[in-house]
Amino acid sequence: MAATTLDIALWRGDAAGGAFQRYRVPAAQRQTVLDVVTWVQRHVDSGLSYRFACRVGMCGTCAMTVNGKPRWTCRTLVDAAAKDGRLEIAPLANLPVVKDLACDMTAFFDKWRRAEGRFRPAPGLGGDFAVVPPESAARRQAEAGIECIGCAVCYSACDVAAWNSDYLGPAALNRAWTLHNDVRDGAGAARLKAVAGDAGCHSCHSHQSCREHCPKHLNPTASIAGLKRATAWAALKGEI
Amino acid sequence: MSAAATHSRWPARGHAGFWAFAVHRVSGVALALFLPAHFWALGQAIQGEAALDGFLSWAERPSVRAAEVALVVLLAAHLAGGLRLLAIELLPWSDRQKTILALAAGFTLTAGLAFLLNLR
Repeated sequence: MAATTLDIALWRGDAAGGAFQRYRVPAAQRQTVLDVVTWVQRHVDSGLSYRFACRVGMCGTCAMTVNGKPRWTCRTLVDAAAKDGRLEIAPLANLPVVKDLACDMTAFFDKWRRAEGRFRPAPGLGGDFAVVPPESAARRQAEAGIECIGCAVCYSACDVAAWNSDYLGPAALNRAWTLHNDVRDGAGAARLKAVAGDAGCHSCHSHQSCREHCPKHLNPTASIAGLKRATAWAALKGEI
Repeated sequence: MSAAATHSRWPARGHAGFWAFAVHRVSGVALALFLPAHFWALGQAIQGEAALDGFLSWAERPSVRAAEVALVVLLAAHLAGGLRLLAIELLPWSDRQKTILALAAGFTLTAGLAFLLNLR
């Protein structure tokens, strides 16, 4: 790395507003964006607010907007994200700011609930182990989306979520799709009804920003397209 | 409520899917704006042969012919983009999204060039 110090702009403020503040941070080899934010908090301003837990890409709490793109800061190397030694780090978009780089995730997870994002055991389930053939079509559909850790990177990247604050968003709809394909789940038409509304799957414009930015390389656009087909069939059959 | 004011959203939009949306939206709006003009032109026939012929001779101007080529490109782009969206929504997912986008762009370009070559 050529630069010995990095030129860092951190967004400082709260729900009422704020602005970027510049910091000089020593450059280091294999330094992550989270390392940079932590350095500022430890050495310059202990009042800087941000959120992280695992630092290894498992918990999904450290997502921020890095040079305009939503990313996990713990798994983003400065070398990969910086432009000429410069980083602009902001909170995630489409969510209210609590303070500095920490967002209020309440609306994001409320939408999982609204999308019937919880497992509803089918009647009669629990007598014996459910047999789910790994190669069955439904299991493969569920498998494709099941590794989501709820980091809200997709939600932050989504234009529809920016335009319509009621939109359920890619993560909640992806969750609904994995449950729809879970043969043990019994929510059926109730879940399809929950995701078919005005702010549901049919609002998606298929920009595929969620797929483009998902750090787990999941494809919420494909899940949403699956929900569009499932809800259309259910409506034609009079189920919803 | 949004934190959108904290930074520009544009860097996150720098991918083919977003630009496909942008082309589809812009072409759709442009075609919607064109439609009343199209109906007005057809309506000239009701006014009589002279009125329609007057309009048709005006439409022979190079600038109007150039606009006609642009119109064909817009129509081709909107048609190809619409078919792409129908494929996403009605058919099983394909991971060849960029290939499909390239085909749509190729169809648009071919349609525009074919029309241009056939201009008298």
